[in-house]
Amino acid sequence: MNSLAPDAFDTSVTKITDRKIELDIQNLDFYYGKTHALKGVSMQIADKAVTALIGPSGCGKSTLLRVMNRMYNLYPGQRATGKITMGDLGGIDILSPSVNLPMLRSKIGMVFQKPTPFPMSIYDNVAFGVRLYETLGKADMDGRVEEALRKSALWDEVKDKLHTSGLGLSGGQQQRLCVARGIAVQPEILLLDEPTSALDPISSAKLEETVTQLKSDYTIVIVTHNLGQAARVSNYTGFMYLGELVEFGETAGMFTKPVTKRASDYITGRFG
Amino acid sequence: MEHTVRAYDEELDAITAELSRMGGLAEAEVSDAIRAISRRDVSLAQAVIGRDAKLDELEADIERKAIRLIAIRQPVADDLRRTVAAMKISMNLERIGDLAKNIAKRALVIAESDPLTPLTRSIERMGELVAGRLKDVLDAFASRDPDRAVSVRERDKEVDEHYDAIFRELLTYMMGDPRTITSCAHLLFVAKNLERIGDHATNIAEILYYEITGIELTEQRPKWDALEQAER
Repeated sequence: MNSLAPDAFDTSVTKITDRKIELDIQNLDFYYGKTHALKGVSMQIADKAVTALIGPSGCGKSTLLRVMNRMYNLYPGQRATGKITMGDLGGIDILSPSVNLPMLRSKIGMVFQKPTPFPMSIYDNVAFGVRLYETLGKADMDGRVEEALRKSALWDEVKDKLHTSGLGLSGGQQQRLCVARGIAVQPEILLLDEPTSALDPISSAKLEETVTQLKSDYTIVIVTHNLGQAARVSNYTGFMYLGELVEFGETAGMFTKPVTKRASDYITGRFG
Repeated sequence: MEHTVRAYDEELDAITAELSRMGGLAEAEVSDAIRAISRRDVSLAQAVIGRDAKLDELEADIERKAIRLIAIRQPVADDLRRTVAAMKISMNLERIGDLAKNIAKRALVIAESDPLTPLTRSIERMGELVAGRLKDVLDAFASRDPDRAVSVRERDKEVDEHYDAIFRELLTYMMGDPRTITSCAHLLFVAKNLERIGDHATNIAEILYYEITGIELTEQRPKWDALEQAER
């Protein structure tokens, strides 16, 4: 295992037995060139629930997220070994070379740390992804856009200015616009990479509220540096350190009674 | 391991230190109140009554500090358990202080009537038992020893048995000589107060066990059923 950590064997990964599993990650290793960034990660992502990934900078949590939709394939020298099976794709391994990547990414949407609206209208921002995969009539497309904006809790704020530029929205609204764009293509899974780190507290709270509402329809994986946020929005929490999944289990347990010393020291603010 | 923010450790330690002081004070209040009864010592009883205000003050201060810490540090895991436990333990210690004060007030009244030596001796024995339990739980707190906390909880039954015996003894006295009724009635309340102090010690043991281990003691604690029948 990990030679850098003195108590490398002090890990605790709980198996989820009472819920449907959407993603089953088995023995995942990941390399940036020669750098071994993820080491033997095995964890389950529960269906229609929020899973939070926490850990100090450089621990591999964002890397793990990027593996889940094969984002790393865009960069040379990055490779993954192991297996990630996805329930809704009939149990296929998403790491397999034969997977159709655009199709995979339509099933697994992603929202980044900084809002990334396209330089086009609010409406087109949401419709853009849908047009790539489907041909909808105007009425259907209007319905889809409205549904996505409602689900991302942005509709009331933008319904009268759908044809103005997405860039004119506030940071928090832009981020929720990105969520709407992600869910408009009707994915199964949403990956959120520190979605509120660039937002003010009220916008963060609104995004958290959005996440809470979305979890009845989507499987959500959120990477966050805000431990309170992980505690508030997630059902399961994974603590990562130096590329290793140190502790994984139900969020309530993680924040009242963590099992491993490293997770305990991290969440109580003793290192990291 | 220390927190990255050192002030956080200092704040937690300040709460624990204050709680230890409170524990020492509550323990002294209980043993002095018992002594005031058995020795018919009016000035000691008055001292016990006077010192209770200090316990109230400490409890209020621990609560203020704990609320402030929760507000600004958002403690989790063992830090959260420690903070919440401090609030709950201080509440129990404050109640123990109130009960000791009540015993001391009754000591003042009892000192005015004729001595009832065999009875006060029974009360004294029960008092020593309760004070011993309180001491044990405070030692468990100081040494952070969950097993010791559990053993205190398991000895709850002994106190209940004593209370039941005293209850019967007092009834016998009152029936035999109605002139003793006033004193006996007060002693009955003293015994009841001691029994409740024992319950608070048990509460503290349970809170402490949860604080240290994160495990709730859910199983029913040992209970003396005959006592409940006697009270009816």
